Amino acid sequence: MPGVLTDALYDREEMTLTVPREKIIEAVEAIKQAGYNFLEDVTCVDLYPSAPRFQVTYHILSHRLKQRIRLIALVDEADAAIDSIISVWPSANFYEREVFDLFGVRFNFHPNLIRIMMPDEWEGHPLRKDYPVEGYR
Amino acid sequence: MPIPTENFALENELDTERRNSSLNDVIQDSARHNSVAANTAKDQTMVLNMGPQHPSTHGVLRLLLEIDGETVVKCAPDIGYLHTGIEKTCEAKFYQQVVPLTDRIDYLCPMTNNLAYCLAVEKLIGMEIPERAEYLRVMLNELTRIQSHLVWLGTHALDLGALTMFLYCFREREELMRIFENVSGQRMMTSYFRIGGLALEPPIDFYAQVQAFLKMMPGKIDEYENLLSGNPIWIGRTKGVGQLSAEDAIALGVTGPPLRASGVDWDLRRDMPYSGYEKFQFKVPISNDGDVWARYVIRMDEMRESIKIAQQALDGLPSGPIAADAPKIVLPDREKMKTQMESLIHHFKIVTEGFAVPAGQVYQAVESPRGEMGYYVVSDGTAKPYRVHMRNPSFATLQALETMCRGKLLADVVAVIGSIDIVLGEIDR
Repeated sequence: MPGVLTDALYDREEMTLTVPREKIIEAVEAIKQAGYNFLEDVTCVDLYPSAPRFQVTYHILSHRLKQRIRLIALVDEADAAIDSIISVWPSANFYEREVFDLFGVRFNFHPNLIRIMMPDEWEGHPLRKDYPVEGYR
Repeated sequence: MPIPTENFALENELDTERRNSSLNDVIQDSARHNSVAANTAKDQTMVLNMGPQHPSTHGVLRLLLEIDGETVVKCAPDIGYLHTGIEKTCEAKFYQQVVPLTDRIDYLCPMTNNLAYCLAVEKLIGMEIPERAEYLRVMLNELTRIQSHLVWLGTHALDLGALTMFLYCFREREELMRIFENVSGQRMMTSYFRIGGLALEPPIDFYAQVQAFLKMMPGKIDEYENLLSGNPIWIGRTKGVGQLSAEDAIALGVTGPPLRASGVDWDLRRDMPYSGYEKFQFKVPISNDGDVWARYVIRMDEMRESIKIAQQALDGLPSGPIAADAPKIVLPDREKMKTQMESLIHHFKIVTEGFAVPAGQVYQAVESPRGEMGYYVVSDGTAKPYRVHMRNPSFATLQALETMCRGKLLADVVAVIGSIDIVLGEIDR
């Protein structure tokens, strides 16, 4: 992936690649071309209070190479959005809805971006680090 | 007594009104969900709300089905009824205190969850665990797999009208529950694994109990197959129903028995071994049919393979400790705690302050009875996990439900839900 990668780390026998969020589709397609055929998971980590705040994490597996790649993209709080990868892997649908529901990171071009775990009228995103866990709401 | 006809009529009217308004709610609801009922009136289709209290949805799954006569046109799952925020709770606990929470995610295979989480944290720490603990973990995992498949077989057959199977399966499951109770003190929420090994040395009669079960079980599986495999009703309800191609299965994130039933030869135990699975000989059953029948055959074969693995683990069980020699992480032996000052100090520190785990992020996947169960643990170097995320097989497999049900009969939806073996606890977390 020339020109797409901003960081690569091999730690505890796991490969982590960092890409800028604008190029996530490009990166995911390149990884798929390289033989990584199975999207395992899309999730997010809230790095509050550091900036950029959200780390969207993709785990992608290759059945042929028997290896896994972790792809991460950092997303700012002010414009918490990243392109949806449903066009590459349809299975991203539920995963991305979950991240949207629990972290409030939006996925551009997602066909059905609504809450999945919490009730529709719920306010806030529970897995954010600044979400109150005690006291009255 | 005279019958108050007017009141009855009024009530009926009210009833109809109420029914209409709730139907409108459902239609609006479904319009929101993937616009299932966008042109209900025009297309002569009807929206059927199935669940969340429907007995054959195996928990609290709610399906919005758009049906044309008896044919399913669209199927949109609505989940979240069992969301308890386990991922958020994990962030407030010490690493060891998370283990009991993992039991509650997939309550049919608690040991598999324990294993995935413990392996992830052990990977973060860079910890080696003794071989004996690995063997016992493998053995208990395979017994858990049999137990989970027994619940699946019983309830799946119950949904399709084979009522006897349920009683047969739960009879054998009871034996397993006794084994789990004997070894961990709990029947379902075992929490038996610890970071660094196991909680306790198994009791002396445990091995004989497991041996008796492993000897008894193959005959019982034959018995189940005698009841089902040649049964024309069972064949009629399962063969050619809910087909899923290999490409669709991979694109939709399906793992485990449904993936192997679609012809993809992938099993994490064999292909990316963990916890010493590379030391065991077993076959991975594959089928190319991709229907409900194929999933049934594969799970039955998997039970047989699990018996073999558990037998190998029992026969080759090495001697030695059941937990790693890491006094700052593993709780000390009770006797030592009463006689040695250091052990008492370590015990006090672990219980009150937990133990710090080096910063980093790991993803550890194991083959649960339902597919790939992955734990993504992020540490910031403190005694509590910064983030724990579970990748659950049922959550992904549920996305394939629409592909399997579209264009099929309404009654087949029940068969398909049973065949993908979902557990709502892990879908909603």
